[in-house]
Amino acid sequence: MGVEFKHKSILIAGIFTVAALIVIQLFNIQILDDQYKINADNNAFRYDVRYPARGLILDRNGKILVGNETAYDIMITPYEVKQFDTIDLCNIFGLDINDVKTTLKNYKKNKRKIGYQTLPFVKQANSKQYAVFLEKAYKFPGFNAISRTIRTYPYNAGGNLLGYINEVDTSFIRKNPEYKRGDYVGRTGMEQAFEKILRGEKGYNIFLRDVHNKVKSSFSDGKYDKEAIPGKSIITSIDAELQSYGEMLMANKIGSVVAIEPSTGEVLALVSSPGVSVDKLATISKYYSELVNDPYKPMFNRAVMSPYPPGSVFKIVNGLIALQEGVIDLDDEYLCRMGYHVGRGVACHAHPSPTNLEESIMMSCNAYFCWAFREILDNKKYPNIAQSFNRWREMVESFGFGHKLGSDIPAEQGGTLPSTKTYDRIHGENRWKSLSIISLAIGQGEIGTTPLHLANLAAIIANRGYYYTPHIIKGSPDTTISADYTQKHFTMVDREHFDVAVRGMYRAVNSPPGSGATAWRVAVEGLDICGKTGTAQNPHGKDNSVFICFAPMDNPKIAIAAYIENAGFGATWAAPIASLMIEKYLKREVERKDLEKHISESNTIILNAK
Amino acid sequence: MNPRLKYGKLDWQLIGIYIILVLIGWISVFASVYDEENAGIFNLSQRYGMQFIWIVTSLVLAYFILFVIDPKSYHVIAWILYTGALLMLFIVIFLGVEVNGSKSWFMIGPFRLQPAEFSKITTALALAALMSKHNFKLGTLMSYLKVGALLLAPMLLIVLEKETGSALVYLAFLFVLYREGMSGTVLALGLMAILLFVLTLRFNPFVSIIVLVFIMSVIETINSKRVFTNILFTAIFIPALAYSPRLAELPFLSGFENLPKETWLFVMIIPLIIYQVYRAVKRRLAYLWYLLICFAGSVALIYSVEFIFDTILQPHQKVRIENLLGIQKDLQGWGYNVHQSKIAIGSGGFSGKGFLQGTQTKFDFVPEQSTDFIFCTIGEEWGFLGSVFVVSLFVYLIIRIISLAEKQRDSFARIYGYSVAALIFMHFFINIGMTIGITPVIGIPLPFISYGGSSLWSFTILLFIFIRLELERWN
Repeated sequence: MGVEFKHKSILIAGIFTVAALIVIQLFNIQILDDQYKINADNNAFRYDVRYPARGLILDRNGKILVGNETAYDIMITPYEVKQFDTIDLCNIFGLDINDVKTTLKNYKKNKRKIGYQTLPFVKQANSKQYAVFLEKAYKFPGFNAISRTIRTYPYNAGGNLLGYINEVDTSFIRKNPEYKRGDYVGRTGMEQAFEKILRGEKGYNIFLRDVHNKVKSSFSDGKYDKEAIPGKSIITSIDAELQSYGEMLMANKIGSVVAIEPSTGEVLALVSSPGVSVDKLATISKYYSELVNDPYKPMFNRAVMSPYPPGSVFKIVNGLIALQEGVIDLDDEYLCRMGYHVGRGVACHAHPSPTNLEESIMMSCNAYFCWAFREILDNKKYPNIAQSFNRWREMVESFGFGHKLGSDIPAEQGGTLPSTKTYDRIHGENRWKSLSIISLAIGQGEIGTTPLHLANLAAIIANRGYYYTPHIIKGSPDTTISADYTQKHFTMVDREHFDVAVRGMYRAVNSPPGSGATAWRVAVEGLDICGKTGTAQNPHGKDNSVFICFAPMDNPKIAIAAYIENAGFGATWAAPIASLMIEKYLKREVERKDLEKHISESNTIILNAK
Repeated sequence: MNPRLKYGKLDWQLIGIYIILVLIGWISVFASVYDEENAGIFNLSQRYGMQFIWIVTSLVLAYFILFVIDPKSYHVIAWILYTGALLMLFIVIFLGVEVNGSKSWFMIGPFRLQPAEFSKITTALALAALMSKHNFKLGTLMSYLKVGALLLAPMLLIVLEKETGSALVYLAFLFVLYREGMSGTVLALGLMAILLFVLTLRFNPFVSIIVLVFIMSVIETINSKRVFTNILFTAIFIPALAYSPRLAELPFLSGFENLPKETWLFVMIIPLIIYQVYRAVKRRLAYLWYLLICFAGSVALIYSVEFIFDTILQPHQKVRIENLLGIQKDLQGWGYNVHQSKIAIGSGGFSGKGFLQGTQTKFDFVPEQSTDFIFCTIGEEWGFLGSVFVVSLFVYLIIRIISLAEKQRDSFARIYGYSVAALIFMHFFINIGMTIGITPVIGIPLPFISYGGSSLWSFTILLFIFIRLELERWN
């Protein structure tokens, strides 16, 4: 006995302790804890998922940009399937008989793996097919239909802006475990940006079944069931008519048009061309490789992503900065002999000369702005060019350039703005002067702005000195918008200096032909459009055609930037497009049918190719 | 058959429990792979049909062991069998087929045979043979070396077959050694190492060290005469340790905020250690030396946990342990098995869903549901009542074997009996424990119940050799 007896007792105590542990845990999971009994993985329950309708995307007037239509997924529970008329089923849904046979064979092969699971068999059948199926449903045991919604697009409002939804794939589920197989998710554009608002919440009905998979009853009279909560609709600031009109005008052109309501910063239209046609959005997977391989990159939202040289429209910014810095007077005139002939020189076009600031904006005189720009940089107020340049840069930034504006538009980019470092790198430290960077005077060189930036510039001038951050969501009871969107952002140029820019832009459009006005062709009686053309040099081919404008002159309702790649003069393409859109927005009806026809039917892509 | 033997004295209780467990196993295998198209329980294309064959052959084996083989021969052939088993364990590494990543199976025609299952029997016999020699006395270094070599040889080979789980089962023999007089310190140290390992993984070294100091204080208190002072000191010192990182907030210690928080523990513990070393030297307190060595070893263990976990353990072993400790929840991957298993057992409720009515253990929702996870079927179809019944049967079986072993005059039979009890206990605890989430997932079968010839045969042989040895008592 002795120590062995003691050890034996301890061993037996150990055995009882372990047994007690096991019994306690069994008691815990079999009796106390309900989570194992109503767990979704429990096969005794059939969870019928109720998919919520996705929220609508509405325009500013309540018109539906993206709507829903009911479609039906036909589900199969292989365990319940018995002999049925395969041909009949194929006829209803237009399926290939051999595909169906292979699928069914596969189910049989993986019988044990599939177990009681219900799998999708036909996706997105339409209501006509569904109706036929319902009539014959008794012939197809093991098949049932669940309703889903698919997206519809009543207006051609542009695929890049709206974005598309598709079914989540495995890699997405791994990163976002709250999504399950069969769920849809917004992948681009507004669908992605507002996914959380739009998606709603899935629900389910729980049924109890026995081992033969016969559904016995609704579990606990539906106490644990959950209704699907539909997604909330979002009200956008987009004007559906204007947006689809813009899409039409931009057909067969590369570039974009952005329209903003200056008094709120709300984006009225945002067109990027070539874009994804809304006809392809609902079934985008079919076109996916075609879209990705398209050399014109239709998935790329040029309006907010592409950094372009602004060209002559940027002259206004330089003029305003020069005024603010006090280096020019309103009456100062510069002589232009077909250009600015200092250093490498900058050419100009024929126009009356000499001109003051207002006339220079009206006629877009290169020489004037070269002088003015050099005055800004060679300002004696600053000890060296680096400091005067930094001052200039800071003021340009206050116009929204060189950084993201912070809009809620998906994938917005910030463009580029050179710094002293940029030029130190190009020319060597302290080896550059105002003349070295003279291209900036006329919006060329190392500056990249998105069309959204330019539309915002138009809005700033329309507002005489401030802007609201552009945004596409209007606040509604369901969605609050960022407080930043209701805040005025003032530029570093004082209010009083803007009048001359506005007058210059007014005269650029509304002066008679022969006066030197650059955009006299696009004036519309009574609309008081103020605009500025630009013809930005493009190293890759023909010049880009640029135009910014707003209307009316007093109390402006709309500010637009149009940017057409490789199309030529600003006055030829961008100006008429912007002008037509203003007419459409302010008058709701366009009277210049010839111009409209000419623009919408022209193909600048082909013109450029010649 | 020896006519002079009193076969009426066979222990019918053990045989009865064996038969009940085997029948429960057969029914559970039937229920877990039940297929309406192959419904007959004798259908040989299904596992339940095969299990019937294993049961019949097991009974034949049992008959041979009870009535044919002379039990005295086990003393002699124990070493031959042990060596033979080692050889098989070695050969299977090269000639075995790979099943679930481990090379531990021989393929003989359509049958698979796992030597590791049988080497448990031979190891138990060899251990009994070694320790029952009249000149053998557990306690000398030589005796521990012999026993250690005997146990480690099969374990090592099984680890080389990548069947780490099966090798762990051999730890059961530690209980046998304990019964035969090995100091309980070994078991206690083992338990403490597991506790510190788990604490460090689940929480951090900080918590482990505080727990360690607490355990040390308790042992100190038991051994010391100054009980009250010790309790008082522990009650103050442990909370003080827990709050020690806040020392860094003291104004004159600013600048030390970025030290790891265990640093402050050591700042407080080291003076205490120095004092204890002083005491140990001055008063020649042997137990205090052991405590101090134990403390040092434990701290070393705590700081090597990360190394052991990241370097020595296989990825799948890591994940299983992390899942058990709730460090990570991966219900699709490795956590899936246990999650499904708990749902199956949990959904059984108090009285179960009834025979063949389990929805969870049909098809392949619970993996290995007829072998390692067979307990799920019992839990789901027979509920808490059925589960507790099976647990009780095992407990009764193990206790019965132990009490019979204690009655043996022959130490060979006693040691062998303890080995049988310990092996069945290990399988029972780890297997049922993993299905309900209290032990990590280790792929070992539930004795007598899990599907499989190797497993059923080996446990039948293991048990019936003891039943036959036990009968010798009446001779």
